[in-house]
Amino acid sequence: MTMPTIFEHGRPVRHGLYDPAYEKDSCGVAFVADIKGRRSHRVLEDAIEALHRLSHRGACGCEANTGDGAGILTAIPHDFLARVARDYLQSDLPEPGRYGVGVVFLPTSDSERRRCKDAVAQIVADQGQRLLGWRPVPVDADRADIGTTARQSEPAIEQLFIAADNAFDQEAFERQLFIIRKHASHRLRSDKSLAEAKLFYMCSLSTKVIVYKGMLTAKQLRPYFTDLSDPDYHTHLAMVHSRFSTNTFPSWDRAQPNRFMCHNGEINTLRGNMNWMHARQGMMRTLDLPGLNDQDLRKTYPVTEPDCSDSGTFDNGLEHLLMTGRTLPEAIMMMIPEAWEKHESMPESKRAFYEYHSCLIEPWDGPASIAFTDGHYIGAVLDRNGLRPSRFYVTHDDLVIMASEVGVMDVPPENVKIKGRLQPGKMFLVDFEQGRIIDDNELKHEYAGRRPYAQWLMNQRIELDQLPSNREDHGFCPDTLLPRLSAFGYTTETLQFMIVPMVLQGRDPVGSMGNDAALACLSDKPRLIYDYFKQLFAQVTNPAIDSIREDVIMSLECYIGPEGNLLETTEQQCHRLRVPHPILSNEQLAAIKHMDHGGWRTKTIDITFDRTDGTGGLLPALKRICTQAEQAIEQNYSLIVLSDRDIGADRVPVPTLMACGAVHHHLVRLEKRTRIGIVLETGEAREVHHHCLLVGYGADAINPYLAFEALWQAQRDGILDQSWSDDKIVAGYRKGVSKGMLKVMGKMGISTLQSYKGAQIFEAIGLNEQVINHCFANTPSRIQGVGFDVLADEVIRRHEIGYPTRNEATQLPVLPNDGQFHWRHDGEKHAWSPQTIAHLQDAARSNSKDAYWQFAKLANHEARDHCYLRGLLKFRQSADPVHIDQVEPASQIVKRFCTGAMSYGSISIETHETLAIAMNRIGGKSNTGEGGEDYERFKPLANNDSKRSAIKQVASGRFGVTSWYLTNADELQIKIAQGAKPGEGGELPGHKVDKIIAAVRHSTPGVGLISPPPHHDIYSIEDLAQLIFDLKNANPTARISVKLVSEIGVGTIAAGVAKGHADHILISGDTGGTGASPLTSIKHVGLPWELGISETHQTLVLNDLRSRVVLQTDGQLKTGRDVVIAALLGAEEMGFATAPLVTLGCIMMRKCHLNTCPVGIATQNPELRRKFTGQPEHVINYLFMVAEDARQIMAQLGIRRINDLIGRVDLLETDDAIDHYKARGLDLTPILTPAEKPHPGVEVYCTIAQDHGLDEVLDNKLIELAAPAIERAEPVRIDLPIRNGDRATATMLSHHISKRHGADALPDDCVHIKFTGSAGQSFGAWAVHGVTLELAGDANDYIGKGLSGGRIIAYPPAGSNFDPSEATIIGNVALYGAIHGQAFFRGHAAERFAVRNSGAHAVIEGVGDHGCEYMTGGRVVVLGPTGRNFAAGMSGGIAYVWDPHDKFIENCNLGDVELENIKNEEDERELRNLIEQHRQYTNSSIAEQVIMAWANTLPQFVKVVPTDYKRALAQMKDQEEQTEPQAVAVPGE
Amino acid sequence: MGKPTGFMEHTRQLPAERAPAERTSDWNEFHEHMPEQDLRDQGGRCMDCGVPFCHTGSLLAGMAAGCPINNLIPEWNDLIYHGQWREALDRLHKTNNFPEFTGRVCPAPCEGSCVLGINEPPVTIKNIECSIIDRGFDEGWVVPNVPTKRTGKKVAIIGSGPAGLACAAQLNSVGHEVTVYERADRIGGLMMYGIPNMKLDKKKVVQRRVDLMAAEGVRFITNTAIGDDLPARQLIDDFDAAVLCTGATKPRDLPIEGRDLNGVYYAMQFLHANTKSLLDSSHKDGQFINAAGKDVIVIGGGDTGTDCVGTAMRHGCKSLVQFEILPKPPGDRAVDNPWPQWPKIYRLDYGQEEVAAIFGADPRTYCIMTKKLVGDEQGNLKELHTVLIEWVKDDNGRFAPKPIPGTEKVYPSQLVLLAMGFLGPEQIIAEQLGLDTDERSNFKAEYGKYGTSIDGVFAAGDCRRGQSLVVWAIHEGRSAARECDRYLMKSTALV
Repeated sequence: MTMPTIFEHGRPVRHGLYDPAYEKDSCGVAFVADIKGRRSHRVLEDAIEALHRLSHRGACGCEANTGDGAGILTAIPHDFLARVARDYLQSDLPEPGRYGVGVVFLPTSDSERRRCKDAVAQIVADQGQRLLGWRPVPVDADRADIGTTARQSEPAIEQLFIAADNAFDQEAFERQLFIIRKHASHRLRSDKSLAEAKLFYMCSLSTKVIVYKGMLTAKQLRPYFTDLSDPDYHTHLAMVHSRFSTNTFPSWDRAQPNRFMCHNGEINTLRGNMNWMHARQGMMRTLDLPGLNDQDLRKTYPVTEPDCSDSGTFDNGLEHLLMTGRTLPEAIMMMIPEAWEKHESMPESKRAFYEYHSCLIEPWDGPASIAFTDGHYIGAVLDRNGLRPSRFYVTHDDLVIMASEVGVMDVPPENVKIKGRLQPGKMFLVDFEQGRIIDDNELKHEYAGRRPYAQWLMNQRIELDQLPSNREDHGFCPDTLLPRLSAFGYTTETLQFMIVPMVLQGRDPVGSMGNDAALACLSDKPRLIYDYFKQLFAQVTNPAIDSIREDVIMSLECYIGPEGNLLETTEQQCHRLRVPHPILSNEQLAAIKHMDHGGWRTKTIDITFDRTDGTGGLLPALKRICTQAEQAIEQNYSLIVLSDRDIGADRVPVPTLMACGAVHHHLVRLEKRTRIGIVLETGEAREVHHHCLLVGYGADAINPYLAFEALWQAQRDGILDQSWSDDKIVAGYRKGVSKGMLKVMGKMGISTLQSYKGAQIFEAIGLNEQVINHCFANTPSRIQGVGFDVLADEVIRRHEIGYPTRNEATQLPVLPNDGQFHWRHDGEKHAWSPQTIAHLQDAARSNSKDAYWQFAKLANHEARDHCYLRGLLKFRQSADPVHIDQVEPASQIVKRFCTGAMSYGSISIETHETLAIAMNRIGGKSNTGEGGEDYERFKPLANNDSKRSAIKQVASGRFGVTSWYLTNADELQIKIAQGAKPGEGGELPGHKVDKIIAAVRHSTPGVGLISPPPHHDIYSIEDLAQLIFDLKNANPTARISVKLVSEIGVGTIAAGVAKGHADHILISGDTGGTGASPLTSIKHVGLPWELGISETHQTLVLNDLRSRVVLQTDGQLKTGRDVVIAALLGAEEMGFATAPLVTLGCIMMRKCHLNTCPVGIATQNPELRRKFTGQPEHVINYLFMVAEDARQIMAQLGIRRINDLIGRVDLLETDDAIDHYKARGLDLTPILTPAEKPHPGVEVYCTIAQDHGLDEVLDNKLIELAAPAIERAEPVRIDLPIRNGDRATATMLSHHISKRHGADALPDDCVHIKFTGSAGQSFGAWAVHGVTLELAGDANDYIGKGLSGGRIIAYPPAGSNFDPSEATIIGNVALYGAIHGQAFFRGHAAERFAVRNSGAHAVIEGVGDHGCEYMTGGRVVVLGPTGRNFAAGMSGGIAYVWDPHDKFIENCNLGDVELENIKNEEDERELRNLIEQHRQYTNSSIAEQVIMAWANTLPQFVKVVPTDYKRALAQMKDQEEQTEPQAVAVPGE
Repeated sequence: MGKPTGFMEHTRQLPAERAPAERTSDWNEFHEHMPEQDLRDQGGRCMDCGVPFCHTGSLLAGMAAGCPINNLIPEWNDLIYHGQWREALDRLHKTNNFPEFTGRVCPAPCEGSCVLGINEPPVTIKNIECSIIDRGFDEGWVVPNVPTKRTGKKVAIIGSGPAGLACAAQLNSVGHEVTVYERADRIGGLMMYGIPNMKLDKKKVVQRRVDLMAAEGVRFITNTAIGDDLPARQLIDDFDAAVLCTGATKPRDLPIEGRDLNGVYYAMQFLHANTKSLLDSSHKDGQFINAAGKDVIVIGGGDTGTDCVGTAMRHGCKSLVQFEILPKPPGDRAVDNPWPQWPKIYRLDYGQEEVAAIFGADPRTYCIMTKKLVGDEQGNLKELHTVLIEWVKDDNGRFAPKPIPGTEKVYPSQLVLLAMGFLGPEQIIAEQLGLDTDERSNFKAEYGKYGTSIDGVFAAGDCRRGQSLVVWAIHEGRSAARECDRYLMKSTALV
C-alpha cells in the first residue's frame, strides 16, 4: 500500500485546511515509586498494570490495534543494562552515574541510520565525552500485534551509551548529555539531505532515567519492548502514560513520557510561551555551571524545538531550567505557579516567591496534571484550577501509586496508609534520597525561604503609583474630538452599543441574534484591522474558565519592562514595573512617559505618518517605528510608548495593532523583546476585542485616551449621569474592559494576562502572508486576502472621514453610523435586510414560490456580494444534467434538516412547540436547546402531531437532563460550543425564570440560572469520550451528537471526537445564535462554517474516520444553494435556526436579551407572547421550498442524491466574475481542495456504525440480575466486585427502568446493589429512583452525575485502617447536574463537589475547591473542611458546613450567598436527619461524633443560602399564603 | 434605545389638531405642537429595531416601504427620548435637507413599515421629525452654513421643487456655485404652489428655507422658464454641469364630453392661483378660482385631491364631493398587502375630516366614473353624469373598470377639479437639448447615476422617475448632486 503524496514519513503535511500543527492530545498518567528508593521489578510491573487499567483513557483510530501512544519512564536499570549491553559495547559499563544511556529513534534506512549515528558520535566527541556504543533495542512487533499504520512509520530503535569524561561529575555530565541531545536533534532533524530526518528522535539521554515509548496501545507496550519483561529490569520508579490524540497519524515521537515529565492536559498559551522563550535567549547567560558554558548553551537553542506537541514543548522548557541550574520542584513552581495573586491567606514568603518569579517567566497556562521525575525526585503537580484528576495511594510498605484514576492497582485495604489526591496548584513530591514524601507546605516553605524574595521585591519593584504623575494635562480636547473620533473609525454604534454600556454595566455589553454582517475581508467599509481577527476558544481538548465565578484564579497583573537573565536568581531581576491593570489612565501614562526612576526612562515613538505620503506611507512608517524601537533598546530606554496622539489633518495614524505587532515580532526575532516594555497610547483601541488583540500581540499596557474622551463627551452630552466624575468614568471603563478581557481569556482557558500576553490566540480571516509575517507572525490566515495596500487604503479612507480634504466646514457635527450591529442603509452589508425578511415571511405564510425566489435571489446575492465566503463560489457547469424528476424528492431531503438548539427560556413556548410540530411533521428534527423539556411534550397529541423534540441537548448547565429526558430522545446532542458565544456559558436572568420554566429546569422560579462555560465533566478529549459513553448508556438507541463551532483546528478536534465514538458531529458557523451574548463574542469569535465543515471533512477523510460519523453544519443557511454548497463541502445534514424564526415572525429586532421581543418569539412576557402568530405550516412551507431549490441545483449538477454530493468540491469553483476590491486577494483553494484518502476504499459519508463497547459493560449483568425489578417492580439485592474500568455503572440499568416505568421509576430501594472495589468514572450517572448503589471502596470522577432519584452510598472497604475522614473517597465533579436523589460519602470529595446540583441531598466529610458551584437546588452537608471558592455562582439550594474552627469564611465565595447560623427548627430537623442517615448508611464516625454532641456542634454549623433563593422562597411563601396553591407540573418530583 | 419597554407603556399619541370648523376659516397650518414630555414618550415607543424597516426606503409591491431618504429614525427617536434635541437635529439633517417639508407633507411610508405597526399602532415618526426641525428653528440652531472653500465649478439647476432645492443645497455645501432657475415668481415649485398653505406654510416654512439657502450662497433666478425665456443650450454653454429637476407637471386629463366647459380645472390651476393670490394680496386681488358657494366635485382621491378639498372648504363651498375610481380600501391590511408594504387602508385625511365635520359625511364616493360633463347655455358647468363601476380582469389578466348598468347618477356642480395625477415632464427642454426620454416621456437617466444622454446634464426627481412623493424627490435631488459632484471632481464628498 502506498501513501498519497501528502504524507511525509507517514505523517501528513499541511494540506487544504488540514494543518498538523493543531493536533491535540490528552491522556492517562500514572506512576509507581518506592519511597525508600528500593529497586525492584515489581515497581515496573505495577506501573504496567496501571497503564493497562488506564487504557480506556487512551484511544485508537480506524484500526483497533494502532494506538495513539504509550510509554514508560524508569530509573536506569543498571544491572540489566550492564548484562545486555556488554555484547554490543565490547566492554563493561562504567559505574552507575558515570555513563548516560539514551533511547533513540533512528531512520530505517541503513545508510541514513549510519549517518545519524556518525553525526552523534562526532557531537559526543566534540563535547569531549566518550561514545561507548549502540545497542539495538529488541522489539517484537508481531507479538505485540502492532497495527499497520504504526508499523509503516516504525523507526529503528537503539540505545546509545556514552561514558563521562573524568573531568565531569554526574551533574556536569548530565548537562553535557543535554547539550549532545539538543545539538544532535537540531542538526539531524533539520537536515534536508536526510529523507528520514524526522525519524531521528531521542526519547531520553540521561544518567538517571530512561524512556521506552512508541505508537502503541497501553497493552502493546510490554510485549513490544521485550526489555520490560526481563526480571532483572529493576527500578525504584516507573511513570507510564497512555495517549489520546485527536488524529490517527503515526507519531512515535509524540508518545509520552517525555524526558522528564508526562502531561495530561493542554498548554493553552503555548505560542506565547514559545515566543517569550525565544526572546529570552538573547539575555540568557550561564552561571559558571560545571559542564555548561555560554558557547555550549547556544548549541541548545532554540529552547523549544519545532514539531513538538505542547507537552513536548513544556518538557523543553522544564529541561532547560533544570539543566541550567534549577531543581525540578523549583522549575515546576516557576512554570506552573499556584494562583497566588488573589490568595489572601497564602503565607507572605510563598507569595513573594511566586511574585518574584513572575518577573522572570510567565505561567505555562492551561489544564495540566504533570508528573515529573529526574530520578532524584518524583512528583506531580496540578494546574492552578485543578482541571485534571490525580489520585494517589501511599501504602504501609512505602509504595506510592499516583494516577489519573483510583483503582489502577489492587492494594489490600489494610495496606493503604493514605488515600489522597492532588489539589489545585499543589505539588506532591517524593525525595528518594531522603526516602520520604515532602509535604507541599514544607516544600514550598523551604523554597520560599531560600532567598529574601519579599525584601528584594520591596527594594526593586517599581509601583505605578510611586511615579510622579506630571498631572499637567487632563487630555480632553473637545474641540478636536469629532474629527479624531471619525478618523479612528468611531461610529454612533461604538458609543451606543460598546463603550457607553460598558461603563454603565461594568462589563462587555450584550446583544442578540448573532452576526450577519459582512466579513471584514468582504466589506466595502474601511474596517479596523481588529475586525480581521477572530478569537480562538477552548472546545473539547481543554475547558473554558468561568472568569466571574472562578475569579480566584484569574489575574490581570503583570510586571513589565526589561527582564534579566532567566538562568539566574538575583535581586536585580525584579527591578520591574508592576502594572495591576493593562489599561492605563492618562495620568498613569503621563507618569510613565516622563519617568526617570531607578535608571528607567521612556522613549515615545510617534506612530503617525504624513498625509501627503498617501497609502504609500504605511509600510515605511512601520519600518521606521521598528527601527526606532530597536534604537531605544540600544539607548538603554526601559519602555517605549507607541503613540498616535499626533493625529491631525496632516498626520495619519498607523493602525496601533500593526505597529504593536510589528515591533513585538521584530524584537522577538532579534531576541531583544525582553529588554524593553511596549506601552501604547492609542486613539484606535476601545473595545474589549481590541485590547485583547493588542495584548495578544505583545502590548504591555494600553492607554486608550480617545475612548476616555469619547466617554467624557458623552457625559457632557447627558448620556452618562451628570454626577459621574471623569475619573469615575475611566474607572468604570477599566472595570468593564477587565471583565471583558478576563472573559476572553477564560474562553480559551487562560487565567493570567501574563500568559495571555503574546500568546496570539487568534485566527485571521483574509489577511495575506506579507501582513501576517510582518506584524502577526505565525498567526493562521488560511485564505490569504488583503495586503498592506488595502489596509493603507482603509486607513486613508477613515482619515478622510475625520479630516475631509473638501469643505470641512459644512460637515454636520455627527459621527457616521456604519450599521455594523443594526442594519443601516448605506451601512455594512447584512445577510438579513428588510427585503429578505419581508420576502421570506411572505413566502412562508402564503406558500408563494415567487416570494421565495425573490428572497433566495436576494439572500444569495447578499452572500455573493458581501457577506459570506460561500458567496465567492459557484457551481461548475455540468456536462450531464439530469431531469429534476430523477433527483430524490424534497420530502426525503427535508429529513436531513434540523432546527437550531434554542432553549425554551430563550424563546417562548409557543415558538418552541411550533418548531417541534413542524419538524416532526416533515421527519426532520427539532432541538430542545439547553433547558430540558416538559414531560407532557413526550406524549403525542390527539391529531398525531408531536411537540417532542427529537434532539435533546445536553449542555453545560444540565438543566432538566434526567434519565427520563434522555430516554425520550432520538439524538443526544452534547453542546460543546454555540456559534454566538463559543467558549462561554450562559445566564438565564431570574425575571425570565417563571414557574413553568423553573419546573422544566428543576429550579426555583425567579432565581437566575447559570450555565458554566465548560462542561464540568469535559476538560479534555478523553473526558468527552467518557460523556459520550455515559450518554450512550443512558439511551443506547439515541445517536450521540457533538456540537462544535468552527475555528482553526476544529477538524482535528472532530477527529478526536469521532475517535471518542460520537455518532454525529455538528460544525456550527460563527454567525448563528439567538439569545443573549456579549457583542465581542457575537462579532469576533469563531469562523464561518465553510471553513469548519471543509476542514472537518478533509481531516476525517484523511484519518479514515469520515465513514464513522454523520456530519451536519449550520449557521445562517437560507437557500437551496446554501444546502448544496454545505453538502459539497462535506455536510450530510443541515441546520436552520434564524430563517425558521423569521418565517414565524422574527424581524431581527436583536432584543432577545431584553425580553421585549415585540412578536412574541424571544420573550417570556405573557403580553408579548400573545402577539406570536407563527404556524408550523410556515416553517414547513419554507423548508420544502429550500429543498426544491436544492433539487433544481442538483439536477443541473447531474446529481440525484444528497449523499452523492458529499465532499464533491470538484463541482465548485471560485466565481471569478466577482469584482470586489478586497475579495480579489482571497484564495479559496484550501476549501476547494478535495479530501485526501489515506488508502482506497475510504468512504466519504457515514456508512459504518460506531462500536460503543456497550456489550462489555457491567450493566448488562445488572440488567439481567435486576430483571424482576425492571419487569415487575420486585425488590432485588445484588452484590458484585467493581474495578475502575467499569464505567457509567447503573446508567443503562436506569435507562431500562425509565423506559419501563416512566419518570417516577421504582419504589425506594427496589434495586439495591452493593459493590466492592474502585468504581470507574460516572458511577451511578442518571441513576433513577428506586436504585440504591452501595460502594465499599472508592470512586472516580463524576459519581452521581445527573442523579435522577437514586441513592448512592460510599464508604471505605472493610479492613481499612486509614482515617476515612481524612481520605479522598470520590473524585472530581460529583453529582454534576443531579436532579434529585441522595448521596452519602464517608470521606472527602475532590474538586467541584455537587457542581450544578439541582436537587440531590448529599452528605460528605470534606470537599475540594469550588464546592457547590452553580448549585441551584438540593441540600449539601459538609462534615469537614472545604477548599477555596465554595458556593461560587450558587443560586439555589442550601449547604450546611460544619465549621468548628471558624475557617469556612475564608473559603467561601460570598458573591451570591449569605452565611447564617441554624436558627429555625425546620432547618435543624433537616440537617440532623441527613446526618443521621449518613451515620446509618456509612457508619461514619464523624456523623456519630456530631450527633452525640449535637448541642455543641449545632452552633458550629454554617448555613449557606443564596441571596436570591432566599428572596424567592420568601416570595413564594407569601404568595402561597395569599392565594390557593397553584398546581404546577413538576416532572420527576 | 432609551426605553426598551416604552412601546408597552405608552400608546400612540398625535398632537391635537385645530377643530375643523375653526381651521377652515383661515389659511394657517392646522396642526399644533405637542408638550415635550409627550414627545419624549412617543420617541420612547421606538424599539430601535435591529433591522429598522422604517429607515429602509425600498419599493415593495410598487409602493415605498420605509423612508426613501433613509432618515435615521431610530437614532433621532432615541435622542428625543433623551431630550437631546440639538443632536437629533443634526442627525436629521444628515439625510434630509428639508425635514420641515417632509415633517408636514410626507405620507410617512416610514410609519407604514414601522415594526411596531405589525401588531400595534406605529411610532409617530412624522410628528417627531416635524417637532425636531421646528424646535431647531425656534431655538435658532438652524443657521446658514457657508462653505469655506469654493471649487470654481458652476452648476445650473432647473426647477426649484424639492428635488431641485435638495440638489442645490447639497452641491452648494461642497463648494460649487449653484444657480437655480424657476419659471414661477416664487421659489419652491410644488412646495410653494402645489401644496396649500394650511398644510405647509409658505412664508414661515418654505420661504424661510429658501432664504437660508440663499444666505449659504445659492443663487435663485425666478420668472425664468428654461426653453422659453432662456434657450436650454445656454445651460451647457454657461455651466460646468446642469441638473434638470423640472418635475412631472403634465396633468392627466379627463377627455370626455364637456371637458371644455367653464368651471372645469386642473387641480394645479386651482391650487397655484389660490396660493399666489393668498401670498400676493390675501386673496384681495381676486386672482384665484373661487369655490365659494359652489357645488364642488374633486375628481381623484389622492393627496392633491385632498388639498383641493381643503382649499374649497376654506373658500366656503356649498357642497363637496370627491370621486375615487378605485374601491374603498379596507380598514385593516388585506392579505395581499402584508407588512411592511405600504398599508392600503382607509384613511381620513384633513380635507375629508373637515368635510365630514362641516357637511356631516366623508365626501368620497368610490368606484365611480364620470361619463360626461354638462353645461348651461353660457358654457358653464352645470352637472356631472356618472356611473358606478366594478373592477374586472380583462383578457390580459389586468383589472379594468366596467360600468354597472343602472347606477347612473347626475351630480349638480359648478366647479370640477381634476386631480388625477401627472403624466410626466414638459418636453421643451428635452427637445431643445436633444435629450433621450423613456417610454413614459420621462427624461432618461439611470437610477443611481442620474446622468442623461448628454454629458454633464443630470435629471432627478419627478421629471426622471415620474410623479411621486416629496421624499423621493429629495432623495433623487441629493443623489443626483452626489453624482454631479463626482462628475465635476472625479470623486465625491457627498453621500
